[in-house]
Amino acid sequence: MTPPELSTVEKSAAETTAENLTIADKREIIKEVLEAYPEKAAKKRDKHLNVYEEGKSDCGVKSNIKSLPGVMTTRGCAYAGAKGVVWGPVKDMIHLSHGPVGCGYYSWSGRRNYYIGTTGVDTFGTMQFTSDYQERDIVFGGDKKLAKLLAEMDQLFPLVKGITIESECPVGLIGDDIEAVAKKSAKELGKPVIPVRCEGFRGVSQSLGHHIANDTVRDWAFPIADKKAKEGSLNFEPTPYDVAVIGDYNIGGDAWSSRILLEEMGLRVVTQFSGDGTWNEVLLTTQVKMNLIHCYRSMNYICRHMEETYGIPWMEFNFFGPTHIAESLRAIAARFDEKIQAGAERVIAKYQAQSDAVLAKYRPRLEGKTVMLMVGGLRPRHVIPAFKDLGMQVIGTGYEFGHNDDYKRTAEYVEDGTIIYDDVSGHEFEEFAKNLKPDLIAAGIKEKYVFQKMALPFRQMHSWDYSGPYHGYDGFAIFARDMDLALNSPTWGLIKKPWQQVEAAV
Amino acid sequence: MAQNVDNIKDHVQLFHQPEYQELFQGKKEFEGCHSEEEVARVAEWTKSWEYREANFAREALTINPAKACQPLGAIFAASGFEGTLPFVHGSQGCVAYFRTHLTRHFKEPFSAVSSSMTEDAAVFGGLQNMIDGLANSYSLYKPKMIAMCTTCMAEVIGDDLQAFIKTSKEKGSIPEDFPVPYAHTPSFVGSHITGYDNMLKGILNNLTEGKKAEEKNGKWNFIPGFDTYVGNNRELERILNLFGIEHTILADNSDTFDSPNEGEFKMYQGKTTLEEGADSINALGTIALQAYSTVKTREYIEKEWQQPTTVLRPFGITGTDQFIQKLAEISGKPVPRELEIERGRALDAMTDSQAWIHGKRVALYGDPDLVYTLVSFLLELGAEPVHIVVTNSNEVFEQELQALLNSSPYGKSATIWGGKDLWHMRSLMFTEPVDLLIGNSYGKYLWRDTHTPLVRIGYPIFDRHHMHRYATLGYTGTLNLLNWIVNTILEDLDRSTIIPSKTDISYDLVR
Repeated sequence: MTPPELSTVEKSAAETTAENLTIADKREIIKEVLEAYPEKAAKKRDKHLNVYEEGKSDCGVKSNIKSLPGVMTTRGCAYAGAKGVVWGPVKDMIHLSHGPVGCGYYSWSGRRNYYIGTTGVDTFGTMQFTSDYQERDIVFGGDKKLAKLLAEMDQLFPLVKGITIESECPVGLIGDDIEAVAKKSAKELGKPVIPVRCEGFRGVSQSLGHHIANDTVRDWAFPIADKKAKEGSLNFEPTPYDVAVIGDYNIGGDAWSSRILLEEMGLRVVTQFSGDGTWNEVLLTTQVKMNLIHCYRSMNYICRHMEETYGIPWMEFNFFGPTHIAESLRAIAARFDEKIQAGAERVIAKYQAQSDAVLAKYRPRLEGKTVMLMVGGLRPRHVIPAFKDLGMQVIGTGYEFGHNDDYKRTAEYVEDGTIIYDDVSGHEFEEFAKNLKPDLIAAGIKEKYVFQKMALPFRQMHSWDYSGPYHGYDGFAIFARDMDLALNSPTWGLIKKPWQQVEAAV
Repeated sequence: MAQNVDNIKDHVQLFHQPEYQELFQGKKEFEGCHSEEEVARVAEWTKSWEYREANFAREALTINPAKACQPLGAIFAASGFEGTLPFVHGSQGCVAYFRTHLTRHFKEPFSAVSSSMTEDAAVFGGLQNMIDGLANSYSLYKPKMIAMCTTCMAEVIGDDLQAFIKTSKEKGSIPEDFPVPYAHTPSFVGSHITGYDNMLKGILNNLTEGKKAEEKNGKWNFIPGFDTYVGNNRELERILNLFGIEHTILADNSDTFDSPNEGEFKMYQGKTTLEEGADSINALGTIALQAYSTVKTREYIEKEWQQPTTVLRPFGITGTDQFIQKLAEISGKPVPRELEIERGRALDAMTDSQAWIHGKRVALYGDPDLVYTLVSFLLELGAEPVHIVVTNSNEVFEQELQALLNSSPYGKSATIWGGKDLWHMRSLMFTEPVDLLIGNSYGKYLWRDTHTPLVRIGYPIFDRHHMHRYATLGYTGTLNLLNWIVNTILEDLDRSTIIPSKTDISYDLVR
């Protein structure tokens, strides 16, 4: 391990960094960054950029608006949100990429939604199922092909618990009636078949895909749960401590390192929706006493629905970093009885030593380091406490597809002077990084190598850079280790050529 | 307590701790999963001949295909030209996927933009998106050329690129003389290799317009095809320089996908200049190193440029021999001694390793040209291709490959499975097992299920680092291919003989 004193990201006192920039300086930077755009585009982008000022209840940026054509956005599409995020991780169902081959191909095994199962037999998470539309399907419609392939699916994978059909762009444009096919096939196969109208041109990002997928849970899955509940065939004995973990996609095992804490405090986790989840768990969600929502952005819709329809309350929690984990455990416990409250205190006490040891080792190596974040719909705020616990400061953050309510929630997390950027473009992100000179950038795969070429340490915050879990106390130890190895790698210090340094000195 | 700060366990070990194993057991209560016996029974059934027959009776469902869609190949082709920004007209999610895919394979940044069409564009067409998009891209990213292709959304609603680009210029989005070559690249036709072909043809068509000169320029054009080994363009260049052949690579994206880290991000790394691209019309001839990713481009060059084209694949010994002989012919020079030595070294290595490879039964899959050259090399080594799956196959290719297989006694056990996918491959490998699998990273699921060792050759390779940096082209590239193949076999031999007092009698030090 590199000792902290050899940390390579040294800054000279004279150098401009985020620490010695005023809010006015930062506003000036935003102004300069916008100058590269044509006037019309600059005006539009201006509304998405801001400097947060202490005491404001909102970050002051517009969000969930169309990306500008021709401007490099990191955003994906509704299909990615529905198939890749919400439905995809339900492991014992097959999720069909319905349309041409590409969408399914590019999203095949891309997200690290860990699950346990025999792939291809009782689980299907790392497989790619596609209707591989050809020109004739576009011209004549693909409904017949769809009906046929659903039957083939059931024959080859008899243990599959259900099927979702995720529409790609052409399906909605050529007028296929996938709902009719789904209904008919469901009857024939005796299994749920759920049509998801998540064509990529719908909405402005992945976000609408989340919403559409949530709606299909409401309209196509829960009626089945209701029917079973009425018949008494859900095979479920309720307890007062039943909860569902919603919106944790089990990246690198996150849901497991969260679940373990909830169970240790005495709650009974009935459902993981959707990381490592099953069709049965989806149905059982309707039976729990409380929905605990991790990714608010992608699954608040179904939580609100369950609150209205089933009277199930929901609450957000944050398991990043020991400070917020403890807060969240206590907040959750406060919604239950004394037994659970005592359980929460027991869990917090149990992990105290572990977290203290992690902080004792890593905080000195990371103290004072600055970070710029850009992730999807939750982490731009949620991971801030984990950085804070390590003594690091987030100096810029923004969402790929957050909404106004996300930016409101973000205000609780960010400090005075933090630059806020919504749907940041490649150009803006690079310029902000050049001006603010963060020690670490934490964003996605498309950004990773841009910044690494700029000799900036980087961690992927969608996939945990193939590491994880980062949730919970066990996850925090890994998070700390990974931030240290990224920041304090000796490789960064070798990039500058020694003869160039000599020239510069002269 | 799972974490010890001196040995922090991530997902690889953490979840094997007893408290997590207990958690997994407890979770099963709610999963509603099938019994272990039932899962085991069905798992066995999927390995059977009966299952294989049902699997091959599929007519509508595709499972784990080994092909991507057109625009991926299109932007790959465009990225070899100087200062070129790939611009994909249609929904924006596609571009996020292409950039992610290429970046995960090459571990390099990849810049491309979209016209971000949404519902309103689906109704009214994407003209306004293109007008705004071109203006924004041009002023923000200052490209020398914007190479335009389409997503299936734009294709289904019938957006006319040529007319839209013209209108955008009239509206002042970009200067009148600014090059915006285009290609329609519907993802429901062909695959990424078709897109490569379409885009390259579009770019050449644009750049060479009005550039035909009286005299030839004395150069030769070389088209790499959808070849993801960046070392190959560099190796090609080196070989051509040994012969002193003046050349243009159409187009050389080796720096795009393997740029040095010097502390600065440079957006454009395409090596072929627009002038070179324009002048390619005046070359003596064009040699394509792949056949099936260059069909339309070659047809265009022959017809429109009246220029001879040839396909020569310099991979393996025979393929490289043919290529080198052609270079000797066109340069009028004898084969340089350096290449003879390299050939000798490759052959020396092949004779050293052949005993470990001879008679090995091999399953392989990939794009047509890649598969063709790999089969050719395997036959040279005395290995026996058995299952050959090419999802993006075509009849001409299958005939060509069959002729190659027929030419060797080692090709007799092979069946070409055109249009099939990797779930078909799984059935083939269970019912007729092989010793070795060659394919991209997705082959690792077949490795896990069938325990057949995997040699990673192809695209994408996500789970191993740096393999794309090497050359597979020429005699030195042949050495790399051999190295990957023989050492995978030896590695697997060690793994299968590593149990003390049981299998380790064969855990040999010298092999």
